[in-house]
Amino acid sequence: MISEDVVDLSRLQFAMTALYHFLFVPLTLGMTFILATMETVYVMTGKQVYKDMVKFWGKLFGINFALGVTTGLTMEFQFGTNWAYYSHYVGDIFGAPLAIEGLMAFFLESTFIGLFFFGWDRLSKGQHLAVTWLVALGSNLSALWILIANGWMQHPVGAEFNFETMRMELVDFGALLFNPVAQVKFVHTVASGYVTGAVFVLAISSYYMLKKRDLGFARRSFTIAAGFGMASVLSVLLLGDESGYEVGEVQKVKLAAIESEWETHPAPASFTLFGFPNEAEQRTDYAVRIPWALGLIATRSIDEQVPGLKDLIAENEGRIRNGMVAYGLLEQIRAGDKSEQTIAAFDDVKKDLGYGLLLKKYTSKVVDANEEQIKKASLDTVPHVPSMFWAFRAMVGSGVIMLVLFICAIWASARGDMEHKPWLLRFAFYSLPLPWVATQTGWFVAEHGRQPWTIGEVLPTHLSASSLSTGDLWGSLIALIAFYTALLVVEMYLMIRFSKLGPSSLHTGRYHFEKLAGSTGHGESTTNPLDKNSEQPANA
Amino acid sequence: MFDYETLKVIWWVLVGVLLIGLALTDGFDMGAMALMPFVGKTDNERRVAINTIAPHWDGNQVWLITAGGALFAAWPMAYATAFSGLYWAMLLVLFGLFFRPVGFDYRSKLENKKWRDIWDWALFVGGALPALLFGVAFGNLFLGLPFRLDETMRTSFEGSFFSLLHPFALIAGVVSLSMLSAHGGSWLMLRTDEALHERSRQAVKICSAVFVACFFLAGLWLVLGVDGYNISSSFDPNGVLNPLSKTVTADNGGWQANYVRYPITQLAPLAGLAGGVLAFVGAHLNRANLTFAGTSLAITGTICTAGFALFPFIFPSSIDPASSLTMWDAVSSKKTLGVMTVAAIIWVPIVLGYTAWCYMSMWGRLTNKNIEANSHSLY
Repeated sequence: MISEDVVDLSRLQFAMTALYHFLFVPLTLGMTFILATMETVYVMTGKQVYKDMVKFWGKLFGINFALGVTTGLTMEFQFGTNWAYYSHYVGDIFGAPLAIEGLMAFFLESTFIGLFFFGWDRLSKGQHLAVTWLVALGSNLSALWILIANGWMQHPVGAEFNFETMRMELVDFGALLFNPVAQVKFVHTVASGYVTGAVFVLAISSYYMLKKRDLGFARRSFTIAAGFGMASVLSVLLLGDESGYEVGEVQKVKLAAIESEWETHPAPASFTLFGFPNEAEQRTDYAVRIPWALGLIATRSIDEQVPGLKDLIAENEGRIRNGMVAYGLLEQIRAGDKSEQTIAAFDDVKKDLGYGLLLKKYTSKVVDANEEQIKKASLDTVPHVPSMFWAFRAMVGSGVIMLVLFICAIWASARGDMEHKPWLLRFAFYSLPLPWVATQTGWFVAEHGRQPWTIGEVLPTHLSASSLSTGDLWGSLIALIAFYTALLVVEMYLMIRFSKLGPSSLHTGRYHFEKLAGSTGHGESTTNPLDKNSEQPANA
Repeated sequence: MFDYETLKVIWWVLVGVLLIGLALTDGFDMGAMALMPFVGKTDNERRVAINTIAPHWDGNQVWLITAGGALFAAWPMAYATAFSGLYWAMLLVLFGLFFRPVGFDYRSKLENKKWRDIWDWALFVGGALPALLFGVAFGNLFLGLPFRLDETMRTSFEGSFFSLLHPFALIAGVVSLSMLSAHGGSWLMLRTDEALHERSRQAVKICSAVFVACFFLAGLWLVLGVDGYNISSSFDPNGVLNPLSKTVTADNGGWQANYVRYPITQLAPLAGLAGGVLAFVGAHLNRANLTFAGTSLAITGTICTAGFALFPFIFPSSIDPASSLTMWDAVSSKKTLGVMTVAAIIWVPIVLGYTAWCYMSMWGRLTNKNIEANSHSLY
């Protein structure tokens, strides 16, 4: 048996590196499409300012992208280094989308990103535009494949346990591909990335307008971000709602934990807007509820019940008892009894084998578990409720604020007067952290809400870890924290420096700081980036 | 479409192809960075070296990511055992790899000399360390790794990081480092001029000589002093197997058995040696194309040499030979191998096609003048 410390430290390490990786991924997902949009406008209008926009925002994108690539490597290594039993147990299914992700998506994104940065003088306008779109396509396809893999962890369809090899094996690739959880997750996640990119461009453009610098450049960037962000934030919210429905269908425990719904209430269930989850006494204090809302979101009906945690725990206790039977039969088969009756009996109960494995935390034999251990294991089937409850509300709250932001931004863009609305510019600037709050808490809800499982109802987390020592784990955790902190400091330093410098960092001679330098006699001659061949100053 | 046995062999070949693809492409990135601080004396020369690989390193690195993904998908148990068993070695490779994406992008973003020097050495570590450790890891495959499987197929490992540093494994590490450095040097010969080109040429001569000597020495040591492994029980290669259902014996003939049984495989070590010699001669004659062909041949020959010797083993176990993982029994289900074979048939040619287009688009020699003219847009 693996010590609980090793399991906890492995979880901490994975959570930390995954969340850290996801500081950079959503911005990449969003920025590739924003860059492709800007470049399309450039190719269509021929206006230099749009090319400068692609290059400048591309520079910031590059600073972010480098860390996305770096931290992505850790993720691929960690399944093997820290979750070896998981890799053995489900690699047959989980590995395939990862390998296909490499072949189909990473190659596309990574091969063309070099041409995006360095191919401006080597490619025709149309070729370069195609390259930029292919980068965007590649990064989004990689999100598709990794979310197919992740969706399978949430809702493992199309696979069966094989007692010969002692692992889950693929039986239906189509089911894996068209897993409804994966589909909904994919759109919700990439759209949240688009929102991240849009808020990023909107906030930094607003900063330039607040500083009254590079107005033409900032105004155009703001408008593109506002339009792109509005469409994206709507899809995030709609698909978030769709997610709620899917979770209600297949991950009832997660939904009940998010809602801190301890009791099963008569249909249609009310939505707890606010309250204080009290785990010890299994109730929610000071709850403010909206009648009907949860029932409508989770079941799309007014007469279906949304089961509460207490009932779900009782139901899971039954499945644990069933899992003990499955485990006993599996041992019998492994010992050599491969008679038809034994195998048929095992097939009948093997869907609950994972629940039996939950007992491994308390006894290595499983079949000899006592009542107390079964009770403990059934309580384990529910994730920590208060953190789920609050993280979900932080995510949705940030989403709603961003919706308001984009409504205001698109309205100002339509009127073309955003630079005269300092309140809006400040609102946009101070909203910069919001997409990160939403995406980080969103992943927390998705993954912490999956506990105690790595593979929902199939493989418990505590079994999945590698046989390592706590010393190994402390060592790697400290090394990773040291590395990641240093990298983050460097990244933030460059990001802030180049954001402050703005398009002047392109050294075209057309933007704010160089024109200042130019007026004292050091700069190149300034040309208007808004016209194709003009000698007049910019932003007139 | 194919039977299970054929699929198992196809994926053994494909993992080999991915490793060769990795060493041929990402190999020159690593090698060029391992040489960069030595062959590039001025800031501009170092920037030339970095910018020869700037448009390609990320695509090349995907060979590594895809090889890892393919290992995960095709041989899940080998992936699990390798990465968890060699925990600290893998983390060192990972930490080395950390330096590259950020190093490339951040190095020239600031003018500060100290900043650039630090990143140059970071890039050196990012190139040299993985190149060395890949070889050490391969060396350890021949020696066997101290792990065993329990009846639930959980691996436990009884070695430490330092037990991996057996002299034979270290020679294998030098083989890998010198081979990839020579490859990186021949890439720089192809893509640069003047002093940088000249120093790269000298570096290739040194590295290819070291490679030939160590490759030969490692081969000799393998024949004379390293025990190989044999599957001694009969089994059905077409069947659903688990690693514990076989017996394995260790004996000196083990790693040479395939070379005796299929003499044609002896071409692989010959190609490895010939490639090294060709690289040396090419560098001596200052023929960049010939040199690059030489290092490419050396890489292909070396990886095939290791693969042919080990077949069908992936991970032999030194403390419990029956736990050894082979490509017959540590493999994914027939269904998964089939799905991935279809994916590979469709995507590998497409990837090769657009990768070639990208290289052609960016081809040509980079000079100090290019750097000066595009100081703010190049790495």
